Amino acid sequence: MYEALSSFAQTGGLIYFVVMFGVALTYALWPRNQETFDKAARLPLSDGGPGDE
Amino acid sequence: MEILDKHGVMERHSLLLTVGILIVVSIGGIIQLAPLFYMENTIEKVDGMRPYTPLELTGRDIYVREGCYVCHSQMVRPLRDEVERYGHYSLAAESMYDHPFQWGSKRTGPDLARVGGKYSAEWQVDHLKDPRALVPESVMPPYAFLAKRKLRFANIENRLKTERIVGVPYTDEMIAGAREHLIAQVDPEADFDAQDDLIALYETAAGRQGTVEIRDYDGDPDTITEMDALVAYLHMTGTLVDFSTYEAEDLSNRR
Amino acid sequence: MTQAIGNFRRANASLFAVGALLAVFLLLAVLMAANAKDPGMTIQAWTFVALAGTFLVGMCMWAGNPPENDPFDDTEYEDGIIKWGVFASMFWGLVGMLVGVVIALQLTWPNLFYFPELGWTNFGRLRPLHTSAVIFAFGGNVLIATSFYVVQRTCRARLAGGMWPWFVFWGYQIFIVLAATGYLLGVTQSKEYAEPEWYTDLWLTLVWVTYLLVFLATLWKRKEPHIYVANWFYLSFIVTIAMLHIVNNLSIPVDLAGTKSVQVFSGVQDALTQWWYGHNAVGFFLTTGFLAIMYYFIPKRVNRPVYSYRLSIVHFWSLIFIYIWAGPHHLHYTALPQWAQTLGMAFSIMLWMPSWGGMINGVMTLSGAWDKLRTDPVVRMMVVSLAFYGMATFEGPLMSVRAVNALSHYTEWGIGHVHSGALGWVGYISFGALYCLTPWLWKRRGLYSTKLVEWHFWISTIGIIFYIVSMWFAGVLEGLMWRAYNEFGFLEYSFVETVEAKHISYIIRALGGLLYFSGAGVMAYNLVRTALGHGEASAAEATKPDVTSDSEPSLQPAE
Repeated sequence: MYEALSSFAQTGGLIYFVVMFGVALTYALWPRNQETFDKAARLPLSDGGPGDE
Repeated sequence: MEILDKHGVMERHSLLLTVGILIVVSIGGIIQLAPLFYMENTIEKVDGMRPYTPLELTGRDIYVREGCYVCHSQMVRPLRDEVERYGHYSLAAESMYDHPFQWGSKRTGPDLARVGGKYSAEWQVDHLKDPRALVPESVMPPYAFLAKRKLRFANIENRLKTERIVGVPYTDEMIAGAREHLIAQVDPEADFDAQDDLIALYETAAGRQGTVEIRDYDGDPDTITEMDALVAYLHMTGTLVDFSTYEAEDLSNRR
Repeated sequence: MTQAIGNFRRANASLFAVGALLAVFLLLAVLMAANAKDPGMTIQAWTFVALAGTFLVGMCMWAGNPPENDPFDDTEYEDGIIKWGVFASMFWGLVGMLVGVVIALQLTWPNLFYFPELGWTNFGRLRPLHTSAVIFAFGGNVLIATSFYVVQRTCRARLAGGMWPWFVFWGYQIFIVLAATGYLLGVTQSKEYAEPEWYTDLWLTLVWVTYLLVFLATLWKRKEPHIYVANWFYLSFIVTIAMLHIVNNLSIPVDLAGTKSVQVFSGVQDALTQWWYGHNAVGFFLTTGFLAIMYYFIPKRVNRPVYSYRLSIVHFWSLIFIYIWAGPHHLHYTALPQWAQTLGMAFSIMLWMPSWGGMINGVMTLSGAWDKLRTDPVVRMMVVSLAFYGMATFEGPLMSVRAVNALSHYTEWGIGHVHSGALGWVGYISFGALYCLTPWLWKRRGLYSTKLVEWHFWISTIGIIFYIVSMWFAGVLEGLMWRAYNEFGFLEYSFVETVEAKHISYIIRALGGLLYFSGAGVMAYNLVRTALGHGEASAAEATKPDVTSDSEPSLQPAE
């Protein structure tokens, strides 16, 4: 059991990371999201009270 | 209705984010930590490990209380200079009854994993009282007050019981006799029955003889002080395992 | 109208709920004090009663004389709590740094700064006080205050939960006092950066879960579907710290009215759990939390959107993913199985990439506004903090390489490393945030004195340099001395010779620490005068926060 788990930790970890990284990268680079991100990036810059758009 | 829909989206987004974070941070931890909890495969087979006697355990509690771990590691690494300076490198088995572990992370002072048996009790007491009287360049704090403070052990049975809950193999006899054992270990003149009992129980647990020391540690036979307990602990640290029978090259000990 | 009444009712409900919760815990504390099994518990329990009692009485008196306006008015931000947070950060920062100076002096001149009859002033008890005070009391208050500020602004919503955010703030202060007095009393479970005993841990768990719920509930009030990236970082900090705290502190109390508890794990398992916690306390408390500050305060201060929002997303996920695996590099060459050490080392080296990605994202936000480095010392402080972040996150992976670690581990090099991260990165980004927040919150035109910020910056920077250079030198020196052999094949130096060799370094380190502490003192003075509206802060201001830019926000991200 120990051997199985520890070898999984060593290989599985890397595969898991590559997959996860791929998902994050896809989300970040997905063209349709560009507009959302541009808008989001400006969120801190405008000063508004609660409820303002 | 429209507001409600939108609200749903909000909660979905934030919950999705929370769950995503939890998955990412917990799975990594689980994959990495889980194998180690299959103990029998993580810890070597050694002769000599036994639970701490009540006196040693209270001494260890003082070691923890005073923050000794802040400056002293208890982990000899398998590097040439360390093995020559401190002794045999530390085995996982040697800290299997340590709740919590005391490996430390900094050596402002020397490693203490094998300090047991290196110095006399008199030296330890004098050094703890005034480190610079013995080692002028030392930066260690003085612990003279330990020799004046009576050891508190009213709760010792509960203390041992709690250790047993987390897996330290204290027997019913060890717990029932904890008080007498503690007193007997620090007073060579009194209660020989309790002394015999203490030695018999703990050496059986260790599977070898000569691992329980009985003596007045602080040179003050009238009171059981915190100094007694701390020095008792320091005196046995790293001495339990019988290295004459330990085979490092054995396949089951390699990992 | 009905909505306003509904709000007020909900807020009132939160008042009663917090009151009831405090009453229950007060009762428990009195019971524990009455049955205390050790003097430590007597003092700790009564301390809790005094603090929580004051909180409860203060809350009741405040509720008995309700202010004219709805105190939980949803059309205004909850800023009172953040003002308290700024004050608390400053106060605990000074305390923690002062204790740091004291323990540095103890190691330098032990005969002058140890008192044989006062065991509680020894290094072993003060060192956890120093680390916890600067990490959890100073850093924690900065994070709570800035997260409450940022989440409200980026969600355009008042903090959720009425009285509950105040419970988070005061509950956290009670945690700090319990932990700090506990260390002095010798109440500790000896797990580094997780020293407080079981009952303090339970209290913190309660406070922390409330913090998470307040944060999430505020996110739910936002108008935009997208959550600003700074909040991702804050959320990961809150969620992960909760998880780490609970797992690493699993323990069984010896007695329900006693301070002592026994860890559930032992030996190797406990060591790995502890450093999984310890390393991720660095990763999620001292890194992601303060990166959230970077992602809000730098864009806000220089009035430009973050360099690349896409990079910030990749930065976020890869950082939190990789960090969680890196813990075992604290256990190289120990009895931990070697595959786990190697795994920790591999991920530690990978960690370099997202760390630098984030740093670049922060620094490049200034593109087109580089002149601010010269004209605005607050911006300079935050950018220098990123430089230190880059340095520390390069040094960290280097030290996680087994061969390097064989030399560096257990030495002062480690102390130098954490202080380049702590003083340079965490300290400076926090100071930057505090310098921003004070005029914004008290609605001042600017800081009391920009000149004093310059002084603070230079005094502290010289202090940091003294500190880290002396510790690098001492660390490498002692590491080499420990492994030095003479011509006959024997160890060349006794241990104490290596201690003696560090004396000059210790003197320089203490001086560096003193300078850094003095710089923080200058800041505290400046912030207090700012809040009071003296000097350059005087003229009435300004509904708009203090944005020093003269231009409109640039229309496109600099990407």
